[in-house]
Amino acid sequence: MNPLEKKIRVLIAKPGLDGHDRGAKVVARALRDAGMEVIYTGLRQTPEMIAEAALQEDVDVVGLSILSGAHNALVPRVLELLEANGQTHVQLFVGGIIPDEDTAALKAAGVSGVYGPGTLTDQIVADVRLGVLGETAA
Amino acid sequence: MTIVVQDVLHGSRLALARLLSQIENSTPAGYTALSELFPHTGQAHLVGVTGSPGTGKSSLVNRLAWHYRHPPEGVPQKRVAIVAVDPSSPFSGGAVLGDRVRMRDLTGDSGVFIRSMASRGSLGGLAAATSGLVQAFDAAGFEIILIETVGAGQAEVEVARLAHTTLVVEAPGLGDDIQAIKAGILEIADILVINKADRPGAEHTERALRGMLQLAHPGRRVFRHHGALETVQPSQPEPTSGESVWLPPIQKTIATEDSGIVELIDQIAKHHQYLHDSGEWEQKTRARLQSEFDDLLHTALVQRWRASVTDERIAHIFEKLAQRQIAPRDAVSALLNGVPR
Repeated sequence: MNPLEKKIRVLIAKPGLDGHDRGAKVVARALRDAGMEVIYTGLRQTPEMIAEAALQEDVDVVGLSILSGAHNALVPRVLELLEANGQTHVQLFVGGIIPDEDTAALKAAGVSGVYGPGTLTDQIVADVRLGVLGETAA
Repeated sequence: MTIVVQDVLHGSRLALARLLSQIENSTPAGYTALSELFPHTGQAHLVGVTGSPGTGKSSLVNRLAWHYRHPPEGVPQKRVAIVAVDPSSPFSGGAVLGDRVRMRDLTGDSGVFIRSMASRGSLGGLAAATSGLVQAFDAAGFEIILIETVGAGQAEVEVARLAHTTLVVEAPGLGDDIQAIKAGILEIADILVINKADRPGAEHTERALRGMLQLAHPGRRVFRHHGALETVQPSQPEPTSGESVWLPPIQKTIATEDSGIVELIDQIAKHHQYLHDSGEWEQKTRARLQSEFDDLLHTALVQRWRASVTDERIAHIFEKLAQRQIAPRDAVSALLNGVPR
């Protein structure tokens, strides 16, 4: 382990009321295997709980898994709270069941990536690395 | 004083969160801040929570913190920081830190701050930077700091060096009375907790632990012999008045049902009182500072010495060692004394 290499810290959370957390766990595991420190919060988190955890844990990235269809309500709220806490540098990506027609609006709101079923975990790892370490270098 | 330290002392949670990362990553800014914060430390009660994986450490920490935040009438509320350590993968260096999953009751409370840490290769049950994080929380005015170790087996006893009060959490069905007399983790307990006490085997676990404690503290032994209560005179003299001895109590809890937690907090408070009355608080603090001082001195001396010798010279001596022309101890002597061999 190179001590000079920045450890990427990621919060993986499942907001809303659906209870399917397999996707979140698969992504958490993939990021772990890529050498990242993943804080896993479990099911049924409110946007307030997610923002609070992101603040206390000083994460670089937040990943939300949403399969309930409530992404258009939950995602902007999380972004708003992150900003209110002063965590404007935190990247937010979303996975789960997100209709194509909503993707553009989420990205315009500030989401760094939207990953549906069939996404390779390598893709998520690469995007997170690029986003965080690219930002660090700038 | 740097701005970040001022912000931390004034209660900024964002500044604190960022500072914790600096300390964890051993950056120069983190070291500077720790030096500036040092005069503000030494107030908090550090409570270590250790035990095997799956005994319910996180759930217990969750309920302990909740009760410190919701004390009974007349008891002052305390600000609580939690440092929860989970293991890093020895292969990828990554980690999944899942202790927060059990700590949902504490959200939305600005008097609580939970920080997860990966062990990053340390083997003692804590991470190398855990003590630094604890100091930052202490300086920031958290009165109770709960330090949860990685799921610990038998030798992860480092937490006892850091904490004032160490809770060792057991659960029914995890070992017999032979486990209980082995050296290691049980010896460091100031309070023994049997969590999941509603599970079958809780009585047996309690009996095994009580037996272990009686072997460790032979004074005041009272037991039942054929139904009659008998007292055996201790082979060692009882402690004379004024120099009391702390006998680790055994507390049964069911964290998920909030059972036994108030009693456990009571035991923690009693231990706190005992540490102050007996002078052990001061001793423990001094011992901890001494060991930190020794570690730093050791590291600094090695670095200073390393800067004064060339790589070639080390390689030269090591080659002789590898060829078995010189024993390891003599190789070190030769390097330190500069003997040209």
